[in-house]
Amino acid sequence: MNRLTLHRLLLWAVLLIFAAWFLTPLYVMVVTSLKDAEQLRVGHLLSLPTAPTLDAWSKAWSSACTGVQCEGLQPFFWNSVITVVPAVLVSTLLGALNGYVLSKWKFPGSETLFAFMLFGVFMPMQVVLLPMSQVLGWLGIASSVWGLVFVHVLAGIPSTTLFFRNYYVGLPDELIKAAMLDGASFWQIFCRIVLPLSTPILVVTLIWQFTNIWNDFLYGVVFSGADSKPITVGLNNLANTSSSVKEYHVDMAAALIAAMPTLIVYIVAGKFFVRGLTAGAVKG
Amino acid sequence: MSATTRSSGPWLPRLVVAPSFLLSLLFIYGLMAWNGYLSFSASRILPNYDFVGLAQYEALFDNERFRVAMGNLAIFGVLFIGGAMAVGVVLAILLDQKVRGEGLLRTIYLYPMAISFIVTGTAWKWMLNPGQGLEHLMHQWGFENFSFDWLINPEMAIYCVVIAGVWQSAGFVMALFLAALRGVDESIIKAAQVDGASLPRIYWSIILPSLRPVFFSTLLVVSHLAIKSFDLVMALTSGGPGFATDLPATFMYAHAFTRGQIGLGAASATVMLATVAAIVVPYLYSELRAKR
Repeated sequence: MNRLTLHRLLLWAVLLIFAAWFLTPLYVMVVTSLKDAEQLRVGHLLSLPTAPTLDAWSKAWSSACTGVQCEGLQPFFWNSVITVVPAVLVSTLLGALNGYVLSKWKFPGSETLFAFMLFGVFMPMQVVLLPMSQVLGWLGIASSVWGLVFVHVLAGIPSTTLFFRNYYVGLPDELIKAAMLDGASFWQIFCRIVLPLSTPILVVTLIWQFTNIWNDFLYGVVFSGADSKPITVGLNNLANTSSSVKEYHVDMAAALIAAMPTLIVYIVAGKFFVRGLTAGAVKG
Repeated sequence: MSATTRSSGPWLPRLVVAPSFLLSLLFIYGLMAWNGYLSFSASRILPNYDFVGLAQYEALFDNERFRVAMGNLAIFGVLFIGGAMAVGVVLAILLDQKVRGEGLLRTIYLYPMAISFIVTGTAWKWMLNPGQGLEHLMHQWGFENFSFDWLINPEMAIYCVVIAGVWQSAGFVMALFLAALRGVDESIIKAAQVDGASLPRIYWSIILPSLRPVFFSTLLVVSHLAIKSFDLVMALTSGGPGFATDLPATFMYAHAFTRGQIGLGAASATVMLATVAAIVVPYLYSELRAKR
């Protein structure tokens, strides 16, 4: 029995050490963001703020410099919001339609097309950046929010299609056949039968796409213009703006602002987030 | 009504998927080919289509900065993949021991996956900075001689990227393995225990080998993450000091978009593609074959 408790103790020790390792950066970010320059100088990484203040937060939000511009993260935050909302909705809708056809309305060659599409989940996006910036120029949406939305939708279709296809394969074919015998059309079956059964995969896909697009940096830094830079680019510019004194408390507040939306989604709907991760990884 | 449904059956579904299929296949393969074409051209600041054969690739492999980037990818790849897999598998096995509060611990281990690499990089840059970060903390705790300057040391900075990368991705490996461990048949473990096998031995010689498919798919995902790593380096070190922490992705970005070397950037992107394809294509092929 003693041996058993010893094992349990050891098990807990390891688990808690790792928990501390994972939590430390978040703790450091929070305590640092609540300090001012003086407390930052006197204290150390782990010390609690002696006089907590939200000054760093308000500076990060509205007046910190991101290069030559000194308006804080606010404009970047709203750029991200107006990019993310249409990009997530459109890519999810297209994924649902594609998944529906690929599972319930297969046609010769549909599986092969899908296999070719799957490579898009893995390919390094660097390989499309240069031609894509040319295409966006031709379409007249270079350096705009719409250009970013377009790229995010295109880049998202393979994963959203995969998610819905794998989910819809599990819906019984008899359901569709019965509806067809009753004279229901392609769209009626989709809207009245398939969509109402899709809530779990819809939530998973929406969260997955939201997290990915909100956190994207590569497309943001390559394709955005002065008025469409997303929050990740704003944060990176803010943290890398060279000034005489490094204002780490402002950097940490800015990092927390950038992380807040996806962290909230994760905490509120973590179960669906994890399902998306595992669904996205165990492909095919 | 039903007659029209039947006749619309064959073409309507195709029509519905046609635009997005066409666009995404063009996006993937069309642009990929175009990029390949650029890599055989003399493009510098602007694309031009003078064919120069393999000249850009020769320049690329002669380029010291690119060699550093590939060397870093090897170091980073091995340590990041190895670290994330090891930590993730250990955590999954430990969490599988019916611990109380498993849900909370899982949430803690996995939250870094929900935040951007830019946030992770910014946070670790603060913690690892020599003046006020970890070094300062140790000094205040009484370890006066403690010195930690990896972040600004060209020899060691790449290991800072590894540390932050493992921190971010280990929980992901844990989630995948935990899901797989839950699928293992309990009766096998019971039977082995009756035969007197110890728990570590059961895991090592029975359970882990049965998780081979998960092991490979996780390895695949983590290694393509490693090859595509870009944000973390940009936020943590910007590729510096100098170009000591460059990876192929940051090399490609710098040459294609800030240094006006489009042909060279395109060639480096093709090398990245080839690296990913070498890992992914055999996997996808065997997966799809197995399905049939």
